[in-house]
Amino acid sequence: MNGVVGTSAQRVGGPARVSGAYRYVGDIRLQNVLHAKLVTLDCARARIRSIDTSAAERVPGVRLVMTAADLPQPVPRFGPQFSDRPVLAVAETKYHGEPVAAVAADTEHAAEEAARLVRVDYEELPAVFTIAAALAPGAPLVQDPALRPGDPLAGTNVLREHRFGWGDIDVPPSDLVVEGTYTFPMVTHFAIEPHGFMAAPDGDGVVVWSSIQHPYWLQKTIAEMLRLPLAKVQVLAPDPGGGFGGKQHAKYEPLVTFMALRAGRPVRLILTLEETFQAGRRSSTEIRVRTGFCSDGTIAFREVDANYLLGAYADIADRVVDKGSYFSCGPYRVPAARIVARSVLSHTPPSTAFRGFGTPQVVWAAESNMNEAARLLGIDPLELRLRNLARSGEAFIPGDTPADGEWEQTVRKAAQLIGWDRPMPAGRGRGIAVGIKSGPTTGLSYSTVRLLADGSAIVYAGTSDMGQGARTVFNQIVAEELGIPIDRITMVMGDTSVVPYDQQTSASRSTVLMGNAVLQACREIQAKLRAMAARLHGITDSAIEVGHGTIRLPDRQIPITAVLKRGLGPLGGEVIGNGESRKEAQPGHPLSGSAAFYEFNCTAVEAEVDEGTGEIALVRHVSVSDVGKMINPLQVRGQEEGAAVQGLGHTLMEHYILDESGRIRNLGAIDYRIPTSMDLPLDLRSDVIENADGPGPYGAKGMSEGGLLAVAAAVAAAVTDATGAVIRDLPLTPERVWRALSERPRPATAAGQRLQLAIAASR
Amino acid sequence: MTPVTQTRPIRLTVNRIPRQLDAAPHHTLLSLLRDDLGLTGTKACCLVGECGACTVSLNGRIVDSCLVLAVEADGAEVTTIEGLSTDGQLTRLQQAFLEQGAVQCGYCSPGQVMAARDLLAQIPHPTVGEIREGMVGNLCRCGCYEQITDAVLAAVEAADR
Repeated sequence: MNGVVGTSAQRVGGPARVSGAYRYVGDIRLQNVLHAKLVTLDCARARIRSIDTSAAERVPGVRLVMTAADLPQPVPRFGPQFSDRPVLAVAETKYHGEPVAAVAADTEHAAEEAARLVRVDYEELPAVFTIAAALAPGAPLVQDPALRPGDPLAGTNVLREHRFGWGDIDVPPSDLVVEGTYTFPMVTHFAIEPHGFMAAPDGDGVVVWSSIQHPYWLQKTIAEMLRLPLAKVQVLAPDPGGGFGGKQHAKYEPLVTFMALRAGRPVRLILTLEETFQAGRRSSTEIRVRTGFCSDGTIAFREVDANYLLGAYADIADRVVDKGSYFSCGPYRVPAARIVARSVLSHTPPSTAFRGFGTPQVVWAAESNMNEAARLLGIDPLELRLRNLARSGEAFIPGDTPADGEWEQTVRKAAQLIGWDRPMPAGRGRGIAVGIKSGPTTGLSYSTVRLLADGSAIVYAGTSDMGQGARTVFNQIVAEELGIPIDRITMVMGDTSVVPYDQQTSASRSTVLMGNAVLQACREIQAKLRAMAARLHGITDSAIEVGHGTIRLPDRQIPITAVLKRGLGPLGGEVIGNGESRKEAQPGHPLSGSAAFYEFNCTAVEAEVDEGTGEIALVRHVSVSDVGKMINPLQVRGQEEGAAVQGLGHTLMEHYILDESGRIRNLGAIDYRIPTSMDLPLDLRSDVIENADGPGPYGAKGMSEGGLLAVAAAVAAAVTDATGAVIRDLPLTPERVWRALSERPRPATAAGQRLQLAIAASR
Repeated sequence: MTPVTQTRPIRLTVNRIPRQLDAAPHHTLLSLLRDDLGLTGTKACCLVGECGACTVSLNGRIVDSCLVLAVEADGAEVTTIEGLSTDGQLTRLQQAFLEQGAVQCGYCSPGQVMAARDLLAQIPHPTVGEIREGMVGNLCRCGCYEQITDAVLAAVEAADR
């Protein structure tokens, strides 16, 4: 290779970020723009009796107060899976934070003032905020059954029930059955950039700005709602300031678009952090896992019953349930499986995609179950995994993509880095867990590369660069293939009117799918250059090779730029290459498509627990992922360790606390804690396995979610190892750990006993 | 019931440029910088002084500009992220952020850089522990804390060279 791929090229666009020059959505200032503010109620579910906007309308500078009555009737609904979410609440709010009206004014202050003056006469209604309450007989229904015609579950709060399985779980003999129910809390993305939206009328169409991960999906949503041709809806999507799945799908873009069209002026809505908490979150779960083992540790069967608590509208969350629960058997060889997973609606803010897409909840349950089994079987947890891990090429899920990596190498490397075989220091424990997540099951990415007359290039790619560094990766691919220095390449992204279609930025797909499209576009340019050189030198194409910035003729090498200059002739011009990368759906597949690749990770930690306070101190944290091939090692490390830190959030501290009216009590940065620089493990390190066995450019696989998957199970296992306490609920707050310690029958491990003795001696 | 907004003239120096503005009593330094002066490099997130995205230097020490009223900055010297480079060149610290991979989405980066700059002004040779403690007020959801620490250490090393 040319030596660009596989090096830690600095982030493209980095200087604009560290100097404050980059303009995120909220930094864009439009002339004549109106500032919007949402009007919400102080409870979750309420019947709206009437809305009086007169006082709000009298505030100087207010140009528009919009309620559902001002929208087309019936009020348009939208959603990536079901068109269930109204632009503004219709007759009833279904979660705390659902807007019933919105104000647009000349200044933010006037909009805020007017929003406070919108008088809503409402009556709070019975509501459900937990899985148990939502599934109880006679529970208030979240969704109007009329929205679900012909659906046998329409009279319940179960949006969908997903069933997967193979073999017969009642047949295989097993020596030990390990069963437990594991819970995972509601947590939120907390991107440091709150969601921002703008819309403006534009001739016979509209322009919509959004910090969105899927600009083309948004374009389609807006076009359908306004009955406009796609060509009349331009979505401008500046790089999101963090997405993590929370910015995949439309939130308030439809609302600001209707407001802008009604006001005849641009309208801008920047959410507060509190409002982003109400705009999206991860589904909480209760997952029962029952696994049968033979005495040698091999898995005989697994049964999983999972309830995911969605919000009042589905967003993409039912797909999260589908895809997450499908992998309930992990990366193991499991002869028989029965998986049932329910999407349960509730009167809570909508849940959506969040790094890991339903898998972290499943991995928490399944890997905690494996760790409990290891203790009961008397088998080392590392050994238990190695005995059951699918080998490369093995169809571990019947009918799906076989294991696409040497996963044992990943596990062994993590064990080696944590010092699994080293003697345990007193008072400490170690834990290990693995996670597997499917890459995309369908996908479509186009890219265009223009090689300009002076040998510089412009690259068009519809991926959203939200911090993962997609721009840098694509630049490196072009630099590699066309021999162009990175600083002579310009990337164009984030504008649906200019950049060719990309399905979406999710499932860690972009290096693989868009990367392949960029690579293909470069290869098309190489073919054209070959033809050009053949014409110039009077030889056949096949006698010419192109690579690394040079054209190799049988007898010599010429720089691409020299061939370009002569080949393009006096008129100049450019050479254009197009690439298209597809992952087709597969009818009949349980997920409608097999995995494009797997993200496989092994996380191992060493921890100490303060028996007096229940506080966990992470001494070491090791995260190893199978990435196929690193295009940019610096960025890979950033993604891997960033995922680990994010995983520590839901493991140790993050959770929504709801009150009896369904309000989030810890709304905002003061009471909802995310990891800070003081919450890091004392020693955090990451590593990779590279066997160039992925479907992406140069053998790359998608990565950046893997490092989050197994954190919770590994940390909880280390706590058990250190103290003997088994905890099946997240987060592992000091209070929860302290309670578990006090309820523990007796120290179950040597380490725990030593610690108890040490504490007793110190008193 | 309609708020009557009384503004007050204030003078301050922002990135070495003297400014004279009318500030409303509820106006924060953050909104003065972003909305009145168009200095959008200073970012808004939590607005309650917890995340550090809006960190700027006020009379030589960092503050969360969302917690400072604009009128409180009357007569002050303010430095924002836009004021760090003098000739369009990144500072050593900013360069170190890029070299160490301490920038992912970049939204918190201006605040992180301002906080790190202040830390190094207080403690020219910080330990890893002092960096972690000194930067605790600046959240990074991409989780680049290790890389940010590396960047601060690298900037110190570059300064010593």
